[in-house]
Formats: sequence, C-alpha cells, structure tokens
Amino acid sequence: MKTYYNPDDLKKFGTIGDLQKSMADKFFAYYAEVFKEGALTAREKSLIALGVAHALQCPYCIDAYTTDTLEKGCDEEQMMEAVHVAAAIRGGASLVHSTQMINKIKEISM
Amino acid sequence: MKSLKAQLHSLADPEEELVILEERHPGGAGSSFRAHLEKIGLYPLQPTTLDIFQINLGKMCNQVCKHCHVDAGPDRKEIMTRETMELCLEVIQREESITCVDLTGGAPEMNPDFRWFVEAIREIRPEVKIIVRCNLTIILANPRFNDLPEFFKKNKVEVVSSLPYFTALKTDSQRGEGVFEKSIEALKLLNLAGYGQKNSDLILNLVYNPSGAFLPGSQSELEDEFKKKLWDRFGVEFNSLFTITNIPISRFLEYLLRTDNYENYMEKLLSAFNPVAAAGVMCRNTISIGWDGFLYDCDFNQMLDLKVNTLNSVHISDWDSAALSTRSIVINNHCFGCTAGAGSSCGGATA
Repeated sequence: MKTYYNPDDLKKFGTIGDLQKSMADKFFAYYAEVFKEGALTAREKSLIALGVAHALQCPYCIDAYTTDTLEKGCDEEQMMEAVHVAAAIRGGASLVHSTQMINKIKEISM
Repeated sequence: MKSLKAQLHSLADPEEELVILEERHPGGAGSSFRAHLEKIGLYPLQPTTLDIFQINLGKMCNQVCKHCHVDAGPDRKEIMTRETMELCLEVIQREESITCVDLTGGAPEMNPDFRWFVEAIREIRPEVKIIVRCNLTIILANPRFNDLPEFFKKNKVEVVSSLPYFTALKTDSQRGEGVFEKSIEALKLLNLAGYGQKNSDLILNLVYNPSGAFLPGSQSELEDEFKKKLWDRFGVEFNSLFTITNIPISRFLEYLLRTDNYENYMEKLLSAFNPVAAAGVMCRNTISIGWDGFLYDCDFNQMLDLKVNTLNSVHISDWDSAALSTRSIVINNHCFGCTAGAGSSCGGATA
C-alpha cells in the first residue's frame, strides 16, 4: 500500500543535499549546533524537540525524538508531559485568539 | 519466565545466533565488523596487556531479566566447581599484570563456593581489585544472603549493580515485577554498610542499560540524573554510573527479532561505529573464564561459545600466557555493540 509517509524515508534525510547542497550543508551544520549542549542541556533540547514534533505533527520527528529522548534517559512520564506542553500551547493558541473574536464582537455589536 | 534454554528456543543455540548475526546483517559482509576493523587498520584485533580476569561463576540466577545475554535464571544449573576455581586462583597468583578480578554470573553469590573463592582471592592477592556483579535482589532473596554487604566490606569487594532506571516502571519491565523496590532496599543496606558514601573506599557502581531497542545516552549526564533522583527520592548514594549498550545476542536478540527491531537496531549500531571505541574495546585487556573453565575474549563471546583463538590454551587448565597474549581476538557482528557511540564495556563507556 502506498502512503505519503514511510518510516524508512527518515534515513534519507541527509540526501536532501543531492538537489541543493550548499543550503542543505548549512542547514545540517546549524541543526547540529542547535542540539549541542549549551545554556540548555542536550536532554532538555531533546524534550523540547519532542514537544515541537507533536505540535507540528511530524511523524519523522516524533520517531526521531521519541528514540532520542529515551536514549538521553527521559522516562515516559517526562515525555508525555512534554507532549502536554505542546498540546497546551496549541490549545491555548486557539483560545487566546478568542480575545480577537471578543474585540470584534464588541466592535460590531450594540 | 523461563530461560530460552528451558523453552527449547532455537536462539538458545549459539550457532543459530551466529547465523542470524552473519546472514541478516544490514549491508552484508561488506559492512561486517571485520570490514570495519580492516578499514581502520585494527584487524586482526590483538590484545594489549591482560588487566581484567573476568570469571563467570555460573548461569544460575534468582532473576530472569528480559535482556540477559547469559540467558540466566533459576532453571539454569551450570555452576563453576571449586576445582575450576582453584585453577583460576593459580593463574590470578601467577599473572601479576592482573589488576582486577571481576566475578559475574548469573548471580555469582548463588555459587555455593562463592565466599570461599572471594576470601581465597583476597588472601593470595591482597591488593587486587575484586568486583562482584551483584543483582541487588539476591541480598534479600534468602536470609543466608542478608549479610552479603558485610561480607563484601570485609573482603574489600567493589560492588557493581544493574539498575536500568530510577523508576519502578522501567526497571521492573526489564528485570521483573518488584525488582525495583527490592533493589532500592538492597542499595540502602549497601549504603548502611558504608558503600557508595563520600570519603569511603567501599565502591558501589551502578549499571544503566537501555530498556529497549535504543542506545544509551551520555554516561556523565545520566550519572548526574541518577544521582539526583536516587538521592531526592530514596536517599540512596552511589559512586559512578556505567552505561552499557545491549549486545544483540541471546534474550536481547530474541526480543529484537520478535519485535521486528533487529535490522533497525543493527543499523543504529553500524552508523554509530566509533574507531576510538573500537581501539578501546574491553576484550583487548580481558580474559573471560566460563563456568566450566573454558577461556573467551569476553563474556559475550562466552555466551556465543566462541572460545579464544589459540591452539593449546583454550581452558584454564592449559593456561599459556604467551599464547594468549599473541592471539587474535574472535569477532563477529555482535561486537558492534561495544563500538557504538561512546563505546561500551563492563566498565561503561570507553571513548
């Protein structure tokens, strides 16, 4: 069965440079720099990435950062809390826009 | 849960395991462990100085861990005899380069001659490091084991214990129901005896290995996390954390195959191949002795029945240090487990 997403395609990520090398090289160098230990630990960055992966609903990123957070010693509870953070921000982002709706209601209502 | 052997599982046969490791290896012979060593000029792999004398006292264990490379458990009856231990003592006394005698199993303490053996090693080599790979729960398994912390202390034994995680969920899923709680209790008893304490020379190290088809993360970061969590939650202290990669043999191989994780796991090990870790693999300074006295390059080769590659020195009764020091170490694709990322050994990361 053909699907849009194939887990094996994640392994091909590095080959995006075949079509445009200099930009891909810059992207991957940047990517590697971002995930290095810095003011945040590599473990904290991995949990952020796991949350963002869920917010973006990227199946490749979810596979990659589920593995990565486990490898960095996070447990299921911490990982699920990271997903809840993503869900709260996504839900909150919708809800906070209701202030715009309320403003508009006030603007056009008697 | 029964051992693979008691289940009459095909993977209880080392030949069957080697067929899988060779024939189902991602990339085939061109990406074998041998090919990787050849590329970096390390083939044939040669020993350095014999430093660690690791003895498997038997496959009997009170636990049946899902990832166990020994396929140990209560149904395993293979146990080292006192006669074989006496042969080991002769070598330990004679080979002055040995700085560490590493006792493993199964649960080594279940060998009826365990205490006699430890005391005999301490007597003939007062300064040698003696390590016992203690599964912790054995201390509470039977009243006759309750005084093990005091016995270890008396004989200046270093304790190395597995604790896959600082929560019950992950620990018990790998090592069995209730193991976490008993392990914490045993750790507290070891702490009480002086183990793992600041300003104490009684060393208590923990072993972390991933509870699934993934690699261990940074040893120092995990150690910090374990130290903080075990102290905050349980008031438990320890010295160092060793991260160990699961080697694709025995029960862990069975798990990988059953869950369709084998190829992905091997690809992960291959892509993480680290030449620095390859140069520092533990088999270069170790000899592993099986419960029946046969000699191996490491405990994993022992479980695959890959004996040392020497003509006349394959058993402790025929120990020939010259032959052993010039041997070529036997390798296969399971060795990728020791060379991935920061490397892996019985003493943790190597690179």
